[in-house]
Amino acid sequence: MSTTVTPVRPEQGRADRARSAAPGRAFAPRGLVTKLPEALRKLDPRAMVRQPVMFTVLIGSVLTTAYCIAEPSVFAVVVTLWLWATVVFANLAEAIAEGRGKAQADALRSARAETTARALVDGAETVVPAARLGIGDLVVCEAGDVIPGDGDVVEGVASVDESAVTGESAPVIRESGGDRTAVTGGTRVLSDRIVVRITAEPGTTFLDRMIALVEGADRQKTPNEIALNALLASLTICFLLAVVSLQPFAAWAGGPQSVPILVALLVCLIPTTIGALLSAVGIAGMDRLVRRNVLAMSGRAVEAAGNITTLLLDKTGTVTLGDRQAHAVLPADGVAEAHLASAALLASRADGTPEGRSIVEFCAGPPALPGGPAAEDASAAAGEPVPFSAQTRMSGLDLPDRRVRKGAASAVRRWVAENGGADDPGVAAVVDRISAEGGTPLVVAEADGGTARVLGVVHLKDVVKAGLRERFAQLRAMGIRTVMITGDNPRTAAAIAEEAGLDDFLAEATPQDKLDLIRREQEGGRLVAMTGDGTNDAPALAQADVGVAMNTGTSAAKEAGNMVDLDSDPTKLIEIVEIGKQLLITRGALTTFSVANDVAKYFAIIPAMFAAIGGYEGLAALNIMGLASPQSAIVSAVVFNALVIVALIPLSLRGVRYRAMNAEAMLRRNLLVYGVGGLVTPFIGIKLIDLVVMFIPGMV
Amino acid sequence: MSDIVAGLLQASLLFSILAAVYVPFGDFMARVYTGTRHLRVERALYRVCGIDPDADQHWSGYLRAVLAFSLLSVLALYLLQRTQQWLPLAIGMAPVDPDQAWNTAVSFAANTNWQSYSGEAAMSHLTQMAGLAVQNFLSAAVGMAVAVALVRGLIRRRTELLGNFWVDLVRGVFRILLPIAAVGALLLVAGGVVQNLAGPAEYATVGGGTQVLPGGPVASQEVIKELGTNGGGFFNANSAHPFEGPTAVVSLFQILLILVIPVCLTRTYGTMLARSGAGTRRHGLAVLAAMGTIFTLSLVGTTAAEMAGGGSATQAAGAAMEGKEVRFGEMLSALFATATTGTSTGAVNSFHDSFTPFGGGLVLLNMLLGEVTPGGVGSGLYGMLVLAMLAVFLGGLMIGRTPEYLGKRIGPREIKLIALFVLTTPALVLIGTGIAMALPGTPGAMTNADVRPHGFSEVLYAFASGANNNGSAFAGLGADTAFFNTGIGLAMLFGRYLPMVFVLALAGSLAQQQPAPATGGTFPTHKPLFVAMVVATTLIITGLTFFPALALGPLAEGLS
Repeated sequence: MSTTVTPVRPEQGRADRARSAAPGRAFAPRGLVTKLPEALRKLDPRAMVRQPVMFTVLIGSVLTTAYCIAEPSVFAVVVTLWLWATVVFANLAEAIAEGRGKAQADALRSARAETTARALVDGAETVVPAARLGIGDLVVCEAGDVIPGDGDVVEGVASVDESAVTGESAPVIRESGGDRTAVTGGTRVLSDRIVVRITAEPGTTFLDRMIALVEGADRQKTPNEIALNALLASLTICFLLAVVSLQPFAAWAGGPQSVPILVALLVCLIPTTIGALLSAVGIAGMDRLVRRNVLAMSGRAVEAAGNITTLLLDKTGTVTLGDRQAHAVLPADGVAEAHLASAALLASRADGTPEGRSIVEFCAGPPALPGGPAAEDASAAAGEPVPFSAQTRMSGLDLPDRRVRKGAASAVRRWVAENGGADDPGVAAVVDRISAEGGTPLVVAEADGGTARVLGVVHLKDVVKAGLRERFAQLRAMGIRTVMITGDNPRTAAAIAEEAGLDDFLAEATPQDKLDLIRREQEGGRLVAMTGDGTNDAPALAQADVGVAMNTGTSAAKEAGNMVDLDSDPTKLIEIVEIGKQLLITRGALTTFSVANDVAKYFAIIPAMFAAIGGYEGLAALNIMGLASPQSAIVSAVVFNALVIVALIPLSLRGVRYRAMNAEAMLRRNLLVYGVGGLVTPFIGIKLIDLVVMFIPGMV
Repeated sequence: MSDIVAGLLQASLLFSILAAVYVPFGDFMARVYTGTRHLRVERALYRVCGIDPDADQHWSGYLRAVLAFSLLSVLALYLLQRTQQWLPLAIGMAPVDPDQAWNTAVSFAANTNWQSYSGEAAMSHLTQMAGLAVQNFLSAAVGMAVAVALVRGLIRRRTELLGNFWVDLVRGVFRILLPIAAVGALLLVAGGVVQNLAGPAEYATVGGGTQVLPGGPVASQEVIKELGTNGGGFFNANSAHPFEGPTAVVSLFQILLILVIPVCLTRTYGTMLARSGAGTRRHGLAVLAAMGTIFTLSLVGTTAAEMAGGGSATQAAGAAMEGKEVRFGEMLSALFATATTGTSTGAVNSFHDSFTPFGGGLVLLNMLLGEVTPGGVGSGLYGMLVLAMLAVFLGGLMIGRTPEYLGKRIGPREIKLIALFVLTTPALVLIGTGIAMALPGTPGAMTNADVRPHGFSEVLYAFASGANNNGSAFAGLGADTAFFNTGIGLAMLFGRYLPMVFVLALAGSLAQQQPAPATGGTFPTHKPLFVAMVVATTLIITGLTFFPALALGPLAEGLS
């Protein structure tokens, strides 16, 4: 089983990073202006052809521009300007979304500044440029050096400042052997000396990949994006046919339409809202992950996260706090609980381990055992501490008149026997019971003057993290099964799984078991997410649909996973799933909104086109918004269509608010907001715009 | 008894019978398509044709079989019409013109039964019986086979085998269509529909004049025309002809025949899902509920529009009675019209051209929806399932999952096929109508060229009817021109077979997948919310595509 190392994490560093990229700040109206030049650069047709919807608008804009030049009129000019605005707004959304990543990439790039490496060739150091290092080269890094490339520590141990990559200011330990060998290029050694074997070619290091990712340089369309694009393209074709075929119909009716009107109708109908914001939504989704210090190696992985149906969680560090904590004190026959507690407290004073500290907290805590123990503090100060050692497997305190010990049952019982005390069968039974339940029993004994005696047992157990039960209940509501992976025996595992509210567990798990479990789940059509950090996690990480490697883990693990969590916080898997879902929901909501908008636009444009023709006057009844004139109606619809893009940029960057609830409730809510909302909003919006537009000379 | 009471009784009788046969007949069809045993006659047929009935076909093989068989059908029918004067039972008929023969061949092979000819004046009895009636059986069975193949695609996992087309075809004909048709024909004869091999006979009327009364094997063709949602009448006047639809009871029975297979196929679907564990019977009911909701809305709308009528003449008559049989009355006409346009049948017992603008607009809309309410035999089911998957795609995104239906993911390949399917018929209708309206000769074919919106509706209706394989006519359009014969022929051909290509490819791609298990995070596809989404998706997609066209036709006419 792998162990998960959870580094101490000052929340401050993370909070700063999060704040600097907070959505409110990143999208200020000012951003619309500053990103304008970039948006105009994006008008390049070679780039725009990748977005069928907006490319159609671009062609429409060119057509109306040509018409304007041939037959200028106020109406045609206004329509043309707003069509161009529609295209520019779409590019603006993308530019703003990309801008947030670019700022982050620049910060990362500064860490990659030209470095030299002290290469170790045949035992001798030579200084070479970092860019010339190859895989397998050995380099020496000492305090103050920047590590020149990704690699594994093969010799020595050092504390490393990884803040350049993780934003995390507390140094971490990197050492040869074990699961903490990986070092990242661009990080700085703070103390000691290590020898690193380079594992990545220059240009393909973690930092390089990270920069490319946050910049979205090699952003590829995800399967869902491709699917949605296909749907949007076919809707566009559908409406193109509807508009093109309308001309002969209109001619028969006696009212052939001008180019700007037909283009305006087309642009209003095709799903420009989602078409304009689709790439911004994708970029922003990746960005949300980056802001939570998770690097997704591909957008595909983010999307897969939303589909996850099984979540594999390591027990230690994810479900439980990782360290065992005092849970109860169980006195032997004839011993007062307070007496046992005070002895345990004294014996743990010198014990700096998390277990020892938890005993101190537990026994000194007023609610648990009021009175007694606190009084012992004074005497403790006078005593001689006996620290824990692997040989004695006990710790304790020697006072002038009294010695107390606590430790592993066998060690303490031996100590009692050596000091002339008798074994207590009642205590032995308690010890066995606690062990069988998966807890850790620590026996407490004292020697008061001559003979020693056993006072009782402190029950240490894994403590489930607060709030997890609710979290898992939410996941269940979302249809996600949670499975705990642990090296513990099945009985312990069952107890913890029950306490944490997990759906299932895999006890006494070997890496192979884990891999088999993932395969089994996948064969049943499920998608699996997991976290891991050890080299032996690598196959499972690679097999999982979403494998999140801890940044503290080995390079093999980081290579195998499709995401890296820079904070090395396994609980974050849950957030990753939520971000994945949010991404899809945002796309779906905008698509629905976009299509629902069309109804109102028809009611604006169709009567404007035909109600003036003899025999078709009845169509005036469709002008239910009471728009001032045919021209103002069409302009209002086009203006609304363009402005709605700008209005929805913040939503596309922030994502639709996601709350854990079951699928049907969520769908009902989103249908109501974005479906019905999308139906009603444009009726109001177009009417309001018309109230302004009608004052433009030449419109009425 | 007032017309309204009679109409309501007729409708409730119809729906009661449908409800009564829904479970047994639906389950029976499920057994037909899932059984492993072959009847002796079937086995003999397979041996003669060299077919291995137990070999499943890859989706592309299934498709090739569908297309090859249909091509053969078109050719055979074309030849039969062109040579009918030399064949037996010619009753003095000349060969059919090439463009009309092509149109009719495609029309019957494609389950459309658009008729630019007048049956009693153009087709020999042999052509009617061995050509048209046979195609009525075969084209219906082809539609059902394709629907069953799609259902298998949803059910099966990790395979691309969709069953055997020849077996599905043969079973559909021998076990479902033929037995019902045999019984149905007898009932029709009992109801007064003619059945003989006589040629036209001249009689002296009471008034002293003479009248030519046509005869023919009408009942046997009438029954499959309705049952297979084909719609091609023996006579030009179709089911309004007293020899085809003599009484209101017969007319009601015809509506029952029209609806029974498309409606009960949803039960077949649910049962096949439930038996295989891929879904539940409620999934089938949900599909029926979506179909039924739109059908009911349309029926109520059409009936209301026709009852209200318009203008003083119709007020005096009590309703818009022009073009309708007094034997049937207003409500039975509206019911028949809704059933025939909602099912791709196209048989008529009244003339849609004479409906009020809104009533006529609604029957037109039924076809534009893609014939899914409840649609043609088989084609209605697969059409609705494709729309359901489209709805699932939009809805699925909004719950944060890659959309899936019955655990099968709607990924890039699937959505492309779905989009192509949904795009095909609107494209054919709009392009066809657009070209027709741009041609100078078109106004001459219209009966109502002076009322421009109505004239336009006639052309729009013709292409909607052809591309969606309905086959009914707005009647006002003189469609026996080279342009309309060829154009509508192409619309029927592509409108029938392109969607089949996409739907079978979709079935193949679905069959390959291992379904994801249903969890709390799955969008339930058997509940009212899903039904509402499918209805809304169907109406909005069609509504948005055809709003301009409908505005210039029925809406402009009705609002003026």
